[in-house]
This record gives sequence, structure tokens and C-alpha cells, in this order.
Amino acid sequence: MKHLIDPMDLSVKEIDDILNLALDIIDNKEKYSNVCKGKKLATLFFEPSTRTRLSFEAAMMELGGNVLGFSSAASSSSSKGESVGDTVKIVSCYADIIAMRHFKEGAPMLASMKSDVPIINAGDGGHNHPTQTLTDLLTIKREKGRLSNLTIGLCGDLMFGRTVHSLIKALSRYEGIEFILISPDELKIPDYIRTEVIEKNNITYREVTSMEDVIGELDILYMTRVQRERFFNEADYIRLKDSYILDNSKLVTAKSDLSILHPLPRVNEIAVEVDDDPRACYFKQALNGKFVRMALIMTLLGLEA
Amino acid sequence: MNIDSIQNGIVLDHITAGKALQIYTDLHLDKLDCSVAIIKNVKSSKMGRKDILKIDQDIDMNLDVLGYIDPDISVNIIKDGKLIEKKKIELPERLIDIKKCTNPRCITTTEQGIQQIFKLTNREKRIYRCIYCEADK
Ligand SMILES: [Zn+2]
Repeated sequence: MKHLIDPMDLSVKEIDDILNLALDIIDNKEKYSNVCKGKKLATLFFEPSTRTRLSFEAAMMELGGNVLGFSSAASSSSSKGESVGDTVKIVSCYADIIAMRHFKEGAPMLASMKSDVPIINAGDGGHNHPTQTLTDLLTIKREKGRLSNLTIGLCGDLMFGRTVHSLIKALSRYEGIEFILISPDELKIPDYIRTEVIEKNNITYREVTSMEDVIGELDILYMTRVQRERFFNEADYIRLKDSYILDNSKLVTAKSDLSILHPLPRVNEIAVEVDDDPRACYFKQALNGKFVRMALIMTLLGLEA
Repeated sequence: MNIDSIQNGIVLDHITAGKALQIYTDLHLDKLDCSVAIIKNVKSSKMGRKDILKIDQDIDMNLDVLGYIDPDISVNIIKDGKLIEKKKIELPERLIDIKKCTNPRCITTTEQGIQQIFKLTNREKRIYRCIYCEADK
């Protein structure tokens, strides 16, 4: 049985199949509206994440399936001290597939070792969030028509941003990819991503500190949040934060077909004025998240329309 | 210095100098009733200095523990005073309950009765990662 714990669990072929299925779902919603009839998705959210949970639940409902689950550890049996392993063993008696979010890293991996039904990692602490990666890939594919031959700017907190790390790993398997890593020196990409992923795959990359210097070269700009608590002192935060805020003035030199992505939620790193720019794709990205989860659920359940 | 040679048992030779005590502890040799000799800083033409462990009983030894600590150790099995087998050890692919994940955010720190499993991800640099959180310590 197949689970999705790490975005790299999927081969390039499997990712392409899921994305193509998602594209077909977008074009033929009616065809898929009963594919999961009689099937149940359990959303086990030991850590609350309303957006991700609703995206999974909406995905299952649009496939004609049902959902059950809990939205925080307080409302689950783990508050009575039940182990993740036991919870999953029991829930896999009731549900056909499980989406799990947990604040502890590796909890979904553990769950996949105990479960009789497919487990989808819906985020495990700062570790993995594979359905976000699939969402990002689907968005790029829809906007650009390809996942190869792209110059991708990744901007903000590149040290702790798990979505950035996963996206780099996933895109490193395609041809003609160039990364421009835009961050303050304090929040540069971790060494192991640079050496074990980017350099190992002979990918062209540059590390820069200014977004304005490079924005004109980009096909994709992937924005992330620069969090206050990542800085040693307030002065550094104040000095640096504005450099990583995208607004209309910084977009003046950008390509007309740039696509701006953000995993959301945003705080202030993208000015609200940018939302009306046709290059802003982050709300479309949230919609794509539902479609790619529909395709993933079908794939893991082995269902076809 | 003279240590009686053993009749039936195991001699661990070519241990990196200073590591014998760690092996003694990690293999739980302190629990054995038979005699065990820890010989430190033996002159070696090949290694300069080395440690040797002699165990006067043929015990069932966890070779993964040894391989993880030092894959270059020689394991000599002695029977009736003669060397009957030299076991080759290597860096194990997986470590099961040999070391604990030290990442405080890892599920292994809170889940009851979980096996601690590490997998070898870089043979050259001998890097093991926790299969749950992928931390390398
Ligand atoms: Zn761990």
C-alpha cells in the first residue's frame, strides 16, 4: 500500500500522473463527482490547521465521499494519553484513507507503519508538508504549462521554511531549473539542501540578499514569511523585514508573465495592493490545493473515474 | 603485559584506541558472568595504538552495534584455543534500538513503545538519519 509521507516518496512519473489527473478534474468536475461514493476520509489534526483540513475535506466531498475526524489534539483521544499508533490503528478500522497533521516530526511516518489504510502527511511540525509541494507544482504547471526550464526565485526565510525545502527537492528533478535564493544572511538555505540537493543535481543557483536586483529575471517568485522570532534581535528584524516585502514598486522591473506564489497564510510580506495584479497566483494556489488533493486521494485509493 | 589466551570465546581486535570501553558498555558486557579483558593502548604496527576486548565465552553478539561504533574491528571466534572464524562486520544499513533520536521535536520523544530506527543515508560520511524526523543525531 502506498502512503504519502515525504514529497520525495513520489517519482517524477507519479507526480506527473497526479498533476495530470488534477488538470482533468479541473476540466471535467462532473465526471469525478461520485468517484469516492461510499468512501470515508479521516482528517486527524492533532495540530489545528483550518485551511489544510478544509481543503482535504472539500476535496473528499467533491469526489462524493464522506469525512470524519478531529481538528485539534484537545478534541482527540491523545488528550487522554493515547499513542499516535493506537489512534491510527483504530481509525483505520473506520476510514478508507487518513490525512494526518501532527506537531511532532515523523508522526505520519509512524502512523504509516501502523495503519491498514493509506496515510497522507498533512504537515508534521517543521518537517514535511507534501500536499503543499504538490499544490505548488500544480500551480506552476497550470501557470507556465511546464515544470522544466524555469528560473525560480525563493524569497524570505529559506532556513526554516519547510515548503521551500520540499519545493527545491521536487523541482531539482526537472531539466533546466535555475534557483535564485533571496534571503538575509541569517536565513540562508541550510547546507544540506545546498550540497545534498542543489549541487548534487548540478543545478544552477545564486544566493542574493536583494529581491529588487533579481526580480526581472524570474519566471516564478515564491514568497515566504520572515518571522520576527527567527531573529536574534529586534534591530536586525526591523532593518531587514522591508527588503523581503513584495509591493507594486518592486514589481516594476518584473516580467509580465511572472507568477507570484505563496503557501499562505501571509502576514505582511506581500502588500495587499499586489492581490489585484494578474501576476498574483497565491489565491489560485489555494484552489489548486483542493484539486491536487482530489487527485491524490483517488490515486492512493486506486480509483478511476 | 600478559593476558591469558582464551579457550572458547570472542576476541575483538583492531578497536580504535579509546573505544573499547564504549563497546564494553554498548554490548552490555558488564552483564556477563565470564571473564572479560579490556586491553587499552596496545602497540599496533597497522594502527599505532589499538584496543582489544577478550570475552571468555561464545556469546551472541549484536554485530550492528559493533559495525556502527567501528566497522573496522576484527571479530575472532575462538574454540578449543584455536581461531575458527573471523567475522567481517560492516556499517549496518539500519540501527534498531541502538541509539536514540535527540531531536526534541521528534515523535520518538513522546510515543510509548516506539522502536528507535536510524537508516544509513551517507556511507562515506557515516551519516545515519532517524527514519521518523530525519535528524542525523
Ligand atoms: Zn527523530
